[in-house]
Amino acid sequence: MKIAVLVKQVPAVDTVKIDEKTGTMIRDGVEAELNPLDLHAVEAAVRIKESRPVGTTEITAVTMGPPLAKKAARYAISMGCDKGTLLSAREFGGSDTLATARTLAASLKKIGPFDLYFAGERATDGETGQVGPAAAEFLGVPVFTYVSGITELDDKKIRVERSIEGGHETIECDLPAFVIPVKEMNVPRLCTLGGKLKAKATEIDVCGPAELGLKEDETGLKGSATQVVNVTYPKVTRQGRRIVATRSFSEAIEAVTDILAAKGFMEASR
Amino acid sequence: MSGEVWTLAEVRGGKIHSVSRELLAWGRELADDSDRPLASVVIGSCVTDKAQELIASGADKIYIVDDPALLEFRPDAVLDALAELVEDYRPSILIASATTRGRTIMPMLSAKLGCGLTADCTELRIEPQTKRLIQTRPAIGGNVMADIKTKGRDPQMCTVRPKSRHPLASDETRKGEVIRVRAPESALDSVFRYIGFEPERSVGLPIQEAELIVAGGKGMKNAKNFAKLSELASLLGGTVGASRMAVDLGWAPYSAQVGLSGKSVTPRVYLAFGISGAVQHVAGMSGAETVIAVNTDAEAPIFRVADLGIQGDAMEVLNALIEAVKAKKK
Repeated sequence: MKIAVLVKQVPAVDTVKIDEKTGTMIRDGVEAELNPLDLHAVEAAVRIKESRPVGTTEITAVTMGPPLAKKAARYAISMGCDKGTLLSAREFGGSDTLATARTLAASLKKIGPFDLYFAGERATDGETGQVGPAAAEFLGVPVFTYVSGITELDDKKIRVERSIEGGHETIECDLPAFVIPVKEMNVPRLCTLGGKLKAKATEIDVCGPAELGLKEDETGLKGSATQVVNVTYPKVTRQGRRIVATRSFSEAIEAVTDILAAKGFMEASR
Repeated sequence: MSGEVWTLAEVRGGKIHSVSRELLAWGRELADDSDRPLASVVIGSCVTDKAQELIASGADKIYIVDDPALLEFRPDAVLDALAELVEDYRPSILIASATTRGRTIMPMLSAKLGCGLTADCTELRIEPQTKRLIQTRPAIGGNVMADIKTKGRDPQMCTVRPKSRHPLASDETRKGEVIRVRAPESALDSVFRYIGFEPERSVGLPIQEAELIVAGGKGMKNAKNFAKLSELASLLGGTVGASRMAVDLGWAPYSAQVGLSGKSVTPRVYLAFGISGAVQHVAGMSGAETVIAVNTDAEAPIFRVADLGIQGDAMEVLNALIEAVKAKKK
């Protein structure tokens, strides 16, 4: 079985601080990491490999970004993936979700086909969640989004549980399939020293637009159909009222019930 | 101006979902500001009788694809039906809800048609000179608001975050046109086999749709204390939310997690008990209308985003609040 996992390098949010004066995020000096939600996709793929006879499953991690994004593919390898591909070229710069999905799908067609494809639910920087389903459509592969578990898998078909509003649904299809896990699906492993050494020794293939057969207007800024025209930095801080409960407990409770009443949550019918 | 404004309506459990009426409120404004008609698309089974409800909520026209094969949500079937409608009628704008359905179908449609798509918008407007759609969305955890325009081929498409707008008051006297469209053959031949649905036994609405959220974090100290949050939530008709820490400790299901690796929520009131307010958590709840935070730590960052901050023990305040609400509701 051949498996592909799409991963992305993002700024490490844990290291982000908020500027007290402006109330905005300080992004300088922020480290990069593998997108936390992609870890669940990698983990799911590695668990499938481990559940099958040794040597019968191969996982390729595919990422797109600047040359430094090789690190994202290497991290996936340290968790148990076998190979890595980085799509990196000046021409890819400025890709929106449509251009990114088209580019990733072109690479998956080239190095594939695969039986299973995985991608994270969304990246913690762009937060669109659009690249996975769009890439699946470019590939012409059925997609399961918001997957909380794979309940059955053999060489022919896959059955999954999806975490949707109000509950979980079970649905299946024949392979190949594209699976997009949510965090609920598994707890990603920490990479071992052995894994790190293996990742360091693994050569990451680098691909540009020519190798993928992409035309100039299919990727990057020129292949994108959306354009950011303005950016503002809203203040996330609010200047709220503060009550110390140890000093004025009843005042504190009353302040809360006043807000709830003003918003209509105290009516007997609710 | 040619090309209509379309909203994608969502039918769940035989009912028009409230987010579909919110979309119509956005759609009505966009349609009026660009002199275009507003239409809503309904794809499902036994949905023909839903047309009047959508017309009453602001639609001028309803496109209906009604087929028993479309009863359950099969992405390929809905995609084929929607793509054919778009190709045949060429709307100028198409907006859908940022629900699990909308966020599945719309990216696929974007790839299929080669049209741009903006995720999770919180604000939409028509640019007066060009009559083009300006889509505003939060990025990097709400720390950046980006205005986005679609170029190239229409429709201009986006998904819209639930609760970003109130629905219009329902007007039963409104009249509209209903257009029935047959589902394409391919839509009736899905590759998916639907097995079943298991509803979650939880309090209230799904967290993304809740009007009020009672959320708890590590400061709740244990699972038993955490469970007490649902008592207040049910008294107020709200839903329980959780920080990542509370979910990782097993006190709440992942579906309740608020924040960057969980859900973004936009309730009218967000009550945070024992949540310190890490950047990742704040990213998911800063869109709440009113935030009330309870924390023992005077320096907890959650207080910076709170409209009312109570410095004190989360359990003591929670218990007192439950009693106070009970007393007032009697």
